Amino acid sequence: MPLIKNGAPLQDPWFAVTGDEQLDRDGPLLVPLEIWQAHRDRLAGRVGPVGVRLASHQSPALVADDLDRLDLVALEFPKFTDGRAYSYARLLRERHSFGGEIRAVGHILRDQFAFLLRCGFDAIEVDERAAAGWQSATTAFSAWYQPATDDAASIPARRRYAVPARSTAAVIRSEPVTPRQPSPAEVAVCAATWAY
Amino acid sequence: MYRYDEFDHTFVTQRVEQFREQVARRISGELSEDEFKPLRLMNGLYLQLHAYMLRVAVPYGTLSARQLRQLAYIARRYDRGYGHFTTRQNIQFNWPTLSDTPDILADLAAVEMHAIQTSGNCIRNTTADATAGVAADEVADSRIYCEIIRQWSTLHPEFSFLPRKFKIAVTGSGRDRAVTAAHDIGLRMQRDADGNPGFEVLVGGGQGRTPVLAAKIRDFLPEGDLLSYLEAILRVYNQLGRRDNIYKARIKILVRETGAAEFARLVEAEWAHIRNGELRLPADELERIRGYFAPPLYQALDDACPELAAQRAGNRGFDAWVQSNVEAHKRPGYAIATISLKPHGGIPGDASAEQMEVVAGLADRYGFGEIRVTYKQNLLLPDLRKGDLFAVWKALGETGLATANSHRLSDIIACPGLDYCNLANARSIPIAQVISARFADLEREREIGNVTVNISGCINACAHHHVANIGILGVDKKGKEFYQVTLGGAADENAAIGDIVGPAFDEDRIAGAVETVVDVYLAERRGADEAFIDTYRRIGLKPFKEKLYAAH
Repeated sequence: MPLIKNGAPLQDPWFAVTGDEQLDRDGPLLVPLEIWQAHRDRLAGRVGPVGVRLASHQSPALVADDLDRLDLVALEFPKFTDGRAYSYARLLRERHSFGGEIRAVGHILRDQFAFLLRCGFDAIEVDERAAAGWQSATTAFSAWYQPATDDAASIPARRRYAVPARSTAAVIRSEPVTPRQPSPAEVAVCAATWAY
Repeated sequence: MYRYDEFDHTFVTQRVEQFREQVARRISGELSEDEFKPLRLMNGLYLQLHAYMLRVAVPYGTLSARQLRQLAYIARRYDRGYGHFTTRQNIQFNWPTLSDTPDILADLAAVEMHAIQTSGNCIRNTTADATAGVAADEVADSRIYCEIIRQWSTLHPEFSFLPRKFKIAVTGSGRDRAVTAAHDIGLRMQRDADGNPGFEVLVGGGQGRTPVLAAKIRDFLPEGDLLSYLEAILRVYNQLGRRDNIYKARIKILVRETGAAEFARLVEAEWAHIRNGELRLPADELERIRGYFAPPLYQALDDACPELAAQRAGNRGFDAWVQSNVEAHKRPGYAIATISLKPHGGIPGDASAEQMEVVAGLADRYGFGEIRVTYKQNLLLPDLRKGDLFAVWKALGETGLATANSHRLSDIIACPGLDYCNLANARSIPIAQVISARFADLEREREIGNVTVNISGCINACAHHHVANIGILGVDKKGKEFYQVTLGGAADENAAIGDIVGPAFDEDRIAGAVETVVDVYLAERRGADEAFIDTYRRIGLKPFKEKLYAAH
């Protein structure tokens, strides 16, 4: 399955562990929650990166205390209609300040990419056809109504810098408009785009 | 009224283009029907028994004359010349083709309308009392908050794939005209001791196969905290709501299984983290939205209108219409008029393109160009001078819209039923037609007084039969349609779920059963001012049951 990270296709460097016997492998290991819980100390102490994969009924609260040892949290979508992970991702970023990769895995439609990015996912496992629609799926809207995890200014925030289209009092706002600095994520996107 | 600014315009235009591309992918075969389904549903496009159905959002039931004319144009250009107004204050077109829908959405966008989230497991069109801003007994104008909720909930990235659909209603007065107790979230406007507006918050009401009245989880929520509190409720529900069984996925089941007190605790705990974040509504933003709903330039009129009194005295039909369809306005000399879309023997909620244009014309000529869609599937003109009521009534009569039956027995709420809907077990519309034709005598309707009759064609309860004084539910028994009757439901501030009377009636007997119920009421009531629901609450189910099953 192709992986798109920060907007660019990527060869997935992570090995998805399915049984205990695979824990001796080198390189980044992605383990289901059950294996993480059973071998927590051993995995936390290994040299290579470790990620945890959570099923859609497994809240990230279950690994909240472990997040500083994790480089990746993969959140499963058993069906595209199961939207729990949108909340999980926001909580990981906004409540637990998780700075590692949050990856969406499972049944995902391209028309959900924009929502995923807005909720703090930075990597999405997709099929070839969906990957081809990345560009149009993520650029369909230039602004959104509500604040979320992404750092794009919401429509209410943009309005505060715009001359009101219709105002009861003719007040023209005079706050200086400062250009937004690109976030580290955006800089990374640019870098990734150049790299490929 | 709210007017789109450049951000709103850009947003709906981009939405139309996105949907145009999705439809093209479907028509080319790139998308299967299964893959297309969630996309079309997010734009209000259903696949019904015979055709596609497009449900257009009428945010909190408020329309401008220009918008209503555009709906008439759409009905004529893309449909069969009519539209159907719903209990969510929306309008449905029953016969659009798939390839036309992007153009319909573009025509809607041109008049600041859309079909976003009129379907799907997301936050649906927020409803309000249809008399918001003009009702004499209003605490605060609910439209301001509905517009704020509309924007916040539009394509919310976190809450577009909830366990199940999610409905919010806001009522601006102590008299609940928005059925808040039967909603996933019900907000009732209040003022605190200092006069600041806010909300009593109810959660977990709903109908369907498990009717539940909402539980109060907060006495007073200040207006500035509205969105952060809603986000907290939705976040708790999105994570904990059941996804294993579609019939147990609504928030009402979560609230019941968790317990209202524990659910409230979870919400408050989540809210504590976010209440001072970006969702907090600054006073100037509230003021900005409030500005859109500023009262129009009313004339200084005398409340007494001798002209109206003379017209009423001189015309019995007009007098009956004023009695049933006209309500008190907060401004002296003005009135609110309900336009009945329930002609006796007609299809509840349907309006032809010509009728829509007539109503738009009346709103422009006699009002301030504004029309409301009511929860009871009627239209409403919010700002009429009392002295103009007679002219309005006459003009309505010429196009079949002057039926004097608002709040009366024949003001029936009915879902589309088996005539259109692929979920239905039984027909609703023909039953509504038979019952309303039977009570076509206006004198008799006036004698019976106010009573609600709602007819749903299946257990999903789209016509809210559980909260009707007389509720009728269509069921299928071995391929034959039967109708179960409930009594004593109420959709107002004293909301109640109706009691099932007993075995269902077949198609030929259901109208007779309603008549029997009415006869028992008329025989038992203590005078003409005891409404049906009050008599029912006093005497209970038994006398009705005895008569119903003795007679048949």
